[in-house]
Amino acid sequence: MTTVSTDRGPHHRSAERRPEDALAADVLRVMRPDGSLDPAADPHLSDAEVLALYRAMVRTRVVDERAVALQRQGRIGFHIGSLGEEATIVGSAFALRPQDWLFPCYREFGAALLRGLPLERYFDNLFGNAGDLAKGRQMPDHWCDREHKLGSVSSPIGTQITQAVGFAWAARLRRDDVVALVYFGDGATSSSDFHNGLNFAGVYRTPTVLLCRNNGWAISVPTERQTASEGFASKGAAYGVHGVRCDGNDLFAVVRACRDAIARASRGDGPTLVEALTYRLSGHSTSDDPKAYRPEGEVARWSELDPIERLRAHLVARGQWGAPAEAALHAELAEEVRASLAAAEKKPAPALASMFEDVYAEPPWHLREQREALLAGPRAKGHGG
Amino acid sequence: MAQMNMVQAINDALRLEMKRDDRVVVLGEDVGKVGGVFRVTAGLYDEFGDERVIDTPLSEGGIIGTAIGMALYGLVPVPEIQFADFIFPAYDQIVSELAKYRYRSGGEYPCKMVIRTPVGGGIRGGHYHSQSPEAQFIHVAGLKVVCPSNAADAKGLLLAAIRDPDPVLFFEPKRVYRAAKGEVPEGDYTVPLGQAKVVRPGADVTIVTWGAMVYEALDAANKASAEGVECEIVDLRTLWPLDIDSVVASVKKTGRLVVVHEAPRSCGLGGEIVSLVNEKAFLHLEAPPVRVTGFDTPFPYTLEMEYLPLAHRILPAVLATAKY
Ligand SMILES: Cc1ncc(C[n+]2csc(CCOP(=O)(O)OP(=O)(O)O)c2C)c(N)n1
Ligand SMILES: [Mg+2]
Repeated sequence: MTTVSTDRGPHHRSAERRPEDALAADVLRVMRPDGSLDPAADPHLSDAEVLALYRAMVRTRVVDERAVALQRQGRIGFHIGSLGEEATIVGSAFALRPQDWLFPCYREFGAALLRGLPLERYFDNLFGNAGDLAKGRQMPDHWCDREHKLGSVSSPIGTQITQAVGFAWAARLRRDDVVALVYFGDGATSSSDFHNGLNFAGVYRTPTVLLCRNNGWAISVPTERQTASEGFASKGAAYGVHGVRCDGNDLFAVVRACRDAIARASRGDGPTLVEALTYRLSGHSTSDDPKAYRPEGEVARWSELDPIERLRAHLVARGQWGAPAEAALHAELAEEVRASLAAAEKKPAPALASMFEDVYAEPPWHLREQREALLAGPRAKGHGG
Repeated sequence: MAQMNMVQAINDALRLEMKRDDRVVVLGEDVGKVGGVFRVTAGLYDEFGDERVIDTPLSEGGIIGTAIGMALYGLVPVPEIQFADFIFPAYDQIVSELAKYRYRSGGEYPCKMVIRTPVGGGIRGGHYHSQSPEAQFIHVAGLKVVCPSNAADAKGLLLAAIRDPDPVLFFEPKRVYRAAKGEVPEGDYTVPLGQAKVVRPGADVTIVTWGAMVYEALDAANKASAEGVECEIVDLRTLWPLDIDSVVASVKKTGRLVVVHEAPRSCGLGGEIVSLVNEKAFLHLEAPPVRVTGFDTPFPYTLEMEYLPLAHRILPAVLATAKY
């Protein structure tokens, strides 16, 4: 690990986040620049698995681009995407075993799709329609899906971290071999839930994988405003939690780091803090314009480490991929997106009365009264139903 | 006078006070270089530098806790919480510490700051970008709570708040951040805390409201006027301490009261206003006071326009009260 610089005054502002950071020696990396794999770290995925993961990453990006377009066209209100972070998101979800659970932040719809959330359901969530599993109550990209062991996305930063620790802790108390993996950003490491989560996970050795997507930015705030330490994995040590850094744009490295962490947790050796070094190639969300704060050139340099391009180069070098396969994949995905979107967009808004459901298991008198008053009163203009 | 929207007026007040008083510091998430996610602090970082306009780590508890320390040292912090919905990680510092500092130290440690934060719905923000938590702070002794409805008031109230000796929560109704455009006096002036304003005179029904709902009340009042009912609209401006005299004076004139707020109905500020009017003007009432409010549910996404107490819900309440 590079030494922590001691000359960082309170006004320190690094000029730029450099891709070299992701290439530093202490970072777990499997793919070499020439596309070959480092045998010492290779997670030994089968050819079929690698192809399926490539497909999942491209699918994530295609859906992402479509969601941005839907927002620009005014068909959905908002989208928060994962451009450039697909290897981190897809690789980590892939590493989970069927019995494991995933506690999402808001950028990991790609993980949800990989775990089995139907694409049409995801679009239902973007539209906030009657088909949405969250019943149109939350903003786009705030989905949930219990059937596929996917938790419920919340906007407040960091809250899922302690919850995932408690979930895994409960599994341990019940002697079940279940691991919980929780996603959060670099910004979230400043939240008290991050510190509480690590502390509880360390004290009780809970089978939790704490996955920090270090994408360089928390909206406009760069990582050096979140911490004075060198990266985030090192924070595990102070809590007695094993920490690893991996190249988050290297699918194999992410799979390897997460598989190791899951195995460790399953063995009873406790939690792991995995820091995946990646980069947010887009703005924070469709509401954000990064031109106002992001140094020029940073995006271009990180684009050279695009996780999808790197994996494709590897597949091509292995003789497993080429232009015809790429074209066929895009055609297949375009059709899947078209059909799912068309089905979702047709659905109505949630029923008015549904607003009062699920506040409690049964609506008490005051909610029944309010529901009747709303149903009997005049309708508002300006919503879908 | 200059034409400004509320974002520009608040920005103007911050700039003016930062020039006038070098103890004033702005801190929060994204407030610096980018000037805030709503651009309310735009340009301040370039003008005053990174020791006075500070991008902080992502921790509301950290922001308010350190701002308390700064205030104890003698600075005048004006922290921003990016959305009021994200104030709760700082709730402990605000409720257990900030609100009680003066009292618990026998007056030895007064602790003042202005916490600015956008509130309210109508921007397709769902649960966590839409709430109106004023009652949760009013219920805590020691905090003042302000919510302007227009640009000129926003500037004058913010200047008064920064100069006030007590901690103030300054709630900015984000739905009208840019829509509430109007003439704003240039230079230094204050709108005193604790003074409501009658924004529409009328003899028949008093509507007490604040923030973005003032415009909905005006819309409903115009429609009621076409049916022969004249509403008097009291814009509270400072929610706590409440200008009870202005509310009571208006109710004594009209004999009828409708309170409108976005926050959930039960235990909202509306309930307190109705109680106070019952205590202070019971014999002047010609009809039971009425609340038109958000429902007692989390703030919904798709159905938000049905959730909000907009003109279409205010009007029937006004007419029913008038006819009672
Ligand atoms: C408690 C809280 N404070 C502020 C926000 C507003 N906010 C939303 S995302 C974000 C930045 C998060 O950055 P990071 O954790 O790095 O995740 P990323 O968006 O980069 O994936 C902020 C400040 C929030 N959602 N919750
Ligand atoms: Mg980030």
